[in-house]
Amino acid sequence: MIWIDTIVQGILLGGLYALFALGLSLVFGIMRLVNLAHGDLIVLAAYLILVLVTLLGLGPFMAALLAAPIMFGIGWALQRLVLNRVLGPDILPPLLVTFGLSVLLQNALQEAFSADSRRIPAGWLETSSVSLGPVSLGLMPLLTFASAILVTLALQWLFYRTALGRAFRATSDDPTTASLMGVKPEAIFAKATGIAMVVVTIAALYLGTRANFDPTIGPARLIYAFEAVIIGGLGSLWGTLAGGVIIGVAQTVGAQINPEWQILAGHVAFLVVLLVRPRGLFPRAFD
Amino acid sequence: MALLETRDLTAFYGDFQALFGVDLTLQEGETVAVIGANGAGKTTLMRSVSGLIRQTPGMVRLDGREIGALPADEIMAQGVAMVPEGRKLFPSLSVEENLLMGRHRRKVNGPWSLDSVYRLFPILKERRNQPGTALSGGQQQMVSIGRALMSNPRVLLCDEISLGLAPVVIRDIYAAFPRIRETGASVIVVEQDIGQAMKVADRVYCMMEGRVTLSGRPDELSREAIHDAYFGAAA
Ligand SMILES: Nc1ncnc2c1ncn2[C@@H]1O[C@H](COP(=O)(O)OP(=O)(O)O)[C@@H](O)[C@H]1O
Ligand SMILES: [Mg+2]
Repeated sequence: MIWIDTIVQGILLGGLYALFALGLSLVFGIMRLVNLAHGDLIVLAAYLILVLVTLLGLGPFMAALLAAPIMFGIGWALQRLVLNRVLGPDILPPLLVTFGLSVLLQNALQEAFSADSRRIPAGWLETSSVSLGPVSLGLMPLLTFASAILVTLALQWLFYRTALGRAFRATSDDPTTASLMGVKPEAIFAKATGIAMVVVTIAALYLGTRANFDPTIGPARLIYAFEAVIIGGLGSLWGTLAGGVIIGVAQTVGAQINPEWQILAGHVAFLVVLLVRPRGLFPRAFD
Repeated sequence: MALLETRDLTAFYGDFQALFGVDLTLQEGETVAVIGANGAGKTTLMRSVSGLIRQTPGMVRLDGREIGALPADEIMAQGVAMVPEGRKLFPSLSVEENLLMGRHRRKVNGPWSLDSVYRLFPILKERRNQPGTALSGGQQQMVSIGRALMSNPRVLLCDEISLGLAPVVIRDIYAAFPRIRETGASVIVVEQDIGQAMKVADRVYCMMEGRVTLSGRPDELSREAIHDAYFGAAA
């Protein structure tokens, strides 16, 4: 029985990792850019939600709703003003710039909010749970997982059912030919990063309500996100969700065996998947 | 006034000069062929006109207005559509999605729509949900031409649509050109294969080593003159 509980908790935890990862996956899929500041942007969004909750007295979900368009704007501007200038055949400049951004965000958040750890209050939701047979599921983890599925479905719809998604895929295939269709690749990239930041805001909502956070925890979230994207296969949204779940389950199973093994078990699962399937579980057919 | 005009067009790849002062005009409703051997500069000319290679102002005009400094997407929005060399379908898009990309920016109503493109190339309708790259070379070329037509362009640029295709397939594809003409489009076809191009063209430009070496109506050019302009007088 304990194992069923462990695995279910792991699946739900995987929803959080998938939310960390989906924005990264989206951006990587469209412009082959690995944003090393991704985790710090999640932390930034968590502080933004915290500020809105504290200043305006909003509930966390309302605050996230308000933070989402602000984060979209930040993502759009970041891409337009900074990242578009360093994208190119050489992958090193965007890595260096986003690494710099990561350090800058951590320091700026530390200046603004100190190094103390904080939490977004979620009231009664924090402690509520539902019983499903032998297992008791926290409402917050359930909401996290449901959000991860909804975000995956929404992105999937955007990609495969809308004109913007078609332009995303075309630009990802071949920006030069896309420009012959009247697409401005820089504008497409800016929209994509804006949308990724909306996903980041949703991730931040759950990051900040479920546990304490401080300005330095971004890089570790980036690692989980990165592992989930790679496990799933680069550019596959459902794969990213599956990747998050695999890391989540590996962590709870590891922790069940020995509490000190939680984090390690996630990384080991990542390595094992890579050894068996070097291109991830659901690689794109071409590249 | 010419619909499209290049004057004294030059183009560089780094230090390498690929075009040396090319003058070309295209009148409304006209079909012009640009022929020349491999490396003559035909693709560079097409890329310059469509904005993939940026020109200094004063060298490419559409309707008398300077477009040489505009980026490719703006030039496309003004009605210059290209069928690029090598077809360049989007591999992650289906046939129909590839066609729809042609209308992504320039949504001008006119003779061309999904329906009329499917009537021009019926096989594409049967295959419309398949990935574009699952099609044969000739069918891919039809998608590429259809995609460019979807924007109802004023100028259609076709870069070596016969490249790598069997003669009977080439004939099928060129059979669409009279229909395209009837809709009033003005067309530039670039070819190494002189035969097909000469049949559809009102006027011909022959290029060699980045220069126009001969131009005129197909019926007024002798075989010898074309041979010399194509391969060089010494060949
Ligand atoms: N991307 C490029 N970089 C450098 N040189 C190029 C490039 N593309 C074409 N060239 C050179 O420019 C000249 C003209 O090429 P191109 O326009 O492709 O000719 P064509 O289409 O008539 O075969 C050739 O000498 C070719 O080697
Ligand atoms: Mg060529």
